[in-house]
Amino acid sequence: MSDHFIEDKTTRVTVNLEGKAEKVDFNDLKSGGFIKQRQKDLFTVRLRCPGGRLTTDKLIKIAEIANKYSKKGVVHFSFRQSLEILYVDYKEFNAIVAELEKIGQKVASCGPRVRVPTACGGCEYNPNGLTDTQGMARMVDEKFFGTPTPHKFKTSFSGCPIDCARTKEMDLGFQGVVEPVWDEPDCTGCTICSEACKEDAIQSDPDSGKPIFDPMKCIYCGDCIRACPTEAWKAKRYGHIVRIGGKHGRHPMEAIEVSKFLPDEKVPEAIHKTIEWYNANGKRGERIGNAIKRVGLKKYLEFMDSVFESGSPVDYAAPKQGVKG
Amino acid sequence: MSDINIKANASLDLRGVMCPINFVKTKLKLEMMDAGEVLEVILDGGEPIQNVPKSIKEEGHKILEVKREDGYFRLKVQKS
Repeated sequence: MSDHFIEDKTTRVTVNLEGKAEKVDFNDLKSGGFIKQRQKDLFTVRLRCPGGRLTTDKLIKIAEIANKYSKKGVVHFSFRQSLEILYVDYKEFNAIVAELEKIGQKVASCGPRVRVPTACGGCEYNPNGLTDTQGMARMVDEKFFGTPTPHKFKTSFSGCPIDCARTKEMDLGFQGVVEPVWDEPDCTGCTICSEACKEDAIQSDPDSGKPIFDPMKCIYCGDCIRACPTEAWKAKRYGHIVRIGGKHGRHPMEAIEVSKFLPDEKVPEAIHKTIEWYNANGKRGERIGNAIKRVGLKKYLEFMDSVFESGSPVDYAAPKQGVKG
Repeated sequence: MSDINIKANASLDLRGVMCPINFVKTKLKLEMMDAGEVLEVILDGGEPIQNVPKSIKEEGHKILEVKREDGYFRLKVQKS
C-alpha cells in the first residue's frame, strides 16, 4: 500500500478555560478541523465552505473573528476552497468555535472521513456550466460531511468537461455533461458548429454546410448547442460523468470513469452506495482507489449497477487509464 | 446555406480583433442601435467564431444569417 495514514500521536492535555479545567484531546482535534502548527500551542482552524462559496456578510464576520483570534492576523485559502484561520491558540478553541457558530459558520474536518466537497461556479453563472455544482456541493455537505470512512474521502463537482474541480483526482468526482442532438429542419448549414467544436467532432458537409457528427470524438461540452444560431443543436439530456478512485498526494492516481450521464437525482445514491462499499471493502488507511485495485473494479461496479445503469455505463471491460479491474 | 440577403443597418469589421474585445465592440455597437435593427459583423475563424456567436446569443440577440467567406465569417445579428 502506498499511502499510509498516520495518526497524530500528540497527547491529551488539561487546559484552564475561564477558571475551570477542561480536557483537550489532540487526537480529536483533527476530526474537528484543528490542525497543529509548527509553532507551540498554535493551530490552524479550518472552516467548512462547501464549493468555496460564502456570502459577503458572512465573510465580513469571519474576517472580524479571524482578526481577533489569529495571533498573526492571517488566513489561508485551503487547497479545497475552505478558509483557514492561522495561528489560533488552542486555549481559545471553545471561544472561537462559539463565535463562529453564532454566525452560522461551521468548522471543517480532517482525517478518515467524507471531506468538504469542492465545486466550480457551475451553471448558475458560468456560461460553460452544465450542472448545478454548487447545489450538489451543498447537498453532499449536508448529507455526507464527516461520515467515517477507511481513509479520507474527497468529492468534487465540475460543471463541464474543462473540469476545473479536477474530478479525475477525486475519490469520487462528478463532471457535468450534455448530450447534443441535431434537428435537420432547423439547420441552415451555417457551419458555425464545426468551427465551435474544439474536439473536431463536427465536420461540415462541403456542399450543404450541414454537420457530420462523430460521437466518438464528442466530450459533451455543449459548445455546438451554444454556438448554433438557429437552435438546430439541442440538449438531449444533462448528467454527470462519474469518476472513482482518483487521488493526488505522493502517489497520484487518475480516477476511472464509471458512469456517463448520471442524472442529478441519482447523485446522492451514488455517493451513499460508494461509501457503503468502501466501508465494507476498504482497509483502514486505504484510499478507495487502492481498495478497488485490490478487490477489483468489477466487484465495485456490480455493487453499483442499480445506480449506474441509469447513467448508461461506459464499457468498463477495458478501462483506458488508472486502476485495472 | 440560405439565399436570403438581409439588409444590415450597420456593419462592424472585426477581423484581426482578439477575444473578448471583438464581442465587447459588438455589444457596444448593438447598444447604440434600436431593437429589431440588424448589425453585420465580420469575424475571423478560430476563437472569434467559436466564442462571439455564443455570447451574442447569451445576450438575447438573434443571429439571422451566417456566411462563410475565405477564412472569415459574415454574421447578421438582429438586436433584441
